[in-house]
Amino acid sequence: MLNLTASFEPMHFVENLRYMGLGMLGIFIVIGVIMLLTILLNKLTSKPDASDPEQKES
Amino acid sequence: MEVLYQNLLNLDIKMIIMWLIGGVLIYLAVKKDMEPTLLLPMGFGAILVNLPLSGAITQGAEAGPLSILYSAGIANELFPLILFIGIGAMIDFGPLLSNPVLMLFGAAAQFGIFFTLCMASMFFDLNDAASIAIIGAADGPTSIVVGQKLQSNYIGAIMVAAYSYMALVPIIQPPIIKLLTTKNERKIRMEYTQKPVSKTTRILFPICITIIAGLIAPASVALVGFLMFGNLIRECGVLDSLSETAQKVLANLVTIFLGITIASQMQADKFLRVDTLLILGLGLVAFIFDTAGGVIFAKILNLFLKKKINPMIGAAGISAFPMSGRVVHKLALKEDPTNFLLMQATGVNVSGQIASVIAGGLILNFFLH
Repeated sequence: MLNLTASFEPMHFVENLRYMGLGMLGIFIVIGVIMLLTILLNKLTSKPDASDPEQKES
Repeated sequence: MEVLYQNLLNLDIKMIIMWLIGGVLIYLAVKKDMEPTLLLPMGFGAILVNLPLSGAITQGAEAGPLSILYSAGIANELFPLILFIGIGAMIDFGPLLSNPVLMLFGAAAQFGIFFTLCMASMFFDLNDAASIAIIGAADGPTSIVVGQKLQSNYIGAIMVAAYSYMALVPIIQPPIIKLLTTKNERKIRMEYTQKPVSKTTRILFPICITIIAGLIAPASVALVGFLMFGNLIRECGVLDSLSETAQKVLANLVTIFLGITIASQMQADKFLRVDTLLILGLGLVAFIFDTAGGVIFAKILNLFLKKKINPMIGAAGISAFPMSGRVVHKLALKEDPTNFLLMQATGVNVSGQIASVIAGGLILNFFLH
C-alpha cells in the first residue's frame, strides 16, 4: 500500500513537466497532420456540383 | 447447522463497505441513468466478489469464472479492443470530416492527461502515474489497455475511476465551463454548414488515420486500428450487416463481460486503500483539466479570430462520447434557447475520441520499455 508521507515527492511534478510539453506537442502534431490530410482528402474527392450552372460552364 | 453460518464468520466490515459501493453504482445506473451498461454490471460484480470466499473469483487452487474472464479478456486487452470495433462502427465522423479544424479542440482537451501525469508522479512511480493520468482520456478501453501494458498495480481503481467519471461528465463539466466562460461567451452563435463529404473520403479516413497513428505512435496501433476498423466496416457500404452487428450485438456482448470482469478487481483488500481514494481524486483532476484545456484553447483562438468560437465547444474535446457533446449543447440552449451547438460539439467530441487514443499511444511510447 502507498505510504503518502513517505512517497510524496513534489519535485517530481517539475521534473515531469517535460512529458506534458512533449505530450501536448505530440498530440498537436499528429492531429495537425490528420487535419491537413482530411482537408486534402476533401479537396481531392469532392466532385463539382452538376446542378451548379457556373461550374457547368467552366 | 454449523455449515449454514460458518461462512458468515469470514465476513468483515470492508466487504460490507464494498457492497455499499456496489449498491451506489447500481443506484447511479438505474436511478440516474449514468452509463448503466457498465456501472450496473460493475456494481453487481462488486457485491459478487466481496462475498466471503466468493466462488466467482479464484480462491487458492480453485479457479473462479471472473478471474478466468479477467485473464482471458482484460489482462491481454482483448475485451477493450473488441469493444473498440463496436465503438468505431457507432461513430459518424461526418461532422468532423466536414469541419476538420474542429480536430484541434480534441487535441487541446487532452491537457488533463499530461497535467495529471505530473501530479500523479508526486505520489506514484512513473508507470503507475501514467496509467492513472490516462483516466483523463475519458475512454475506458484506452485506460484499460494503457494500464495493462504499463503493468500498473492499480488497474482496478483506474478502471472504476475511468468509467465512473465518464458517467459523471454531465455533473463534472458544467461548473468548470461556467467558471471559465462569461455569459456572453456562452451565448456566441456558430454557423454550421454541413459540407458534403464524399464516400471515398469516409473510406480513406480510417485507413489513413491508422497508418499515421501507427507510424508515429506504434504502441497505439492496436487501439487506433480496431477503432478505425469498426469505422471502415460502417463506411464501406458493403458490410451493413457486420456494421449493425458490431454496433449492437458485439458491443453489447463485450460490455456485459467487461463490466462484471472489471469488478473482479474490486475486492475489498485491493480496493479499500488510501491509494484508491487518491487515484479517484487524480482522475477527477484529469477530467477537470481536460475540460479547462479545451475551453481555454478556444478562448485563446478567439483572441485571433474575427468570427468568434463559442469556447464551450472546447470542453467537448474530452473523449466521453456522446455525453460531453450533449452537455455543451444543453448549456448553450440554457443560455439561449435558439443557439444550437450540437453538430459542432459532436464534431469536437468525435475528434476527442481520436485524440485520446493517440494520447494513450504517446504515453505508451514514453513509458513502455
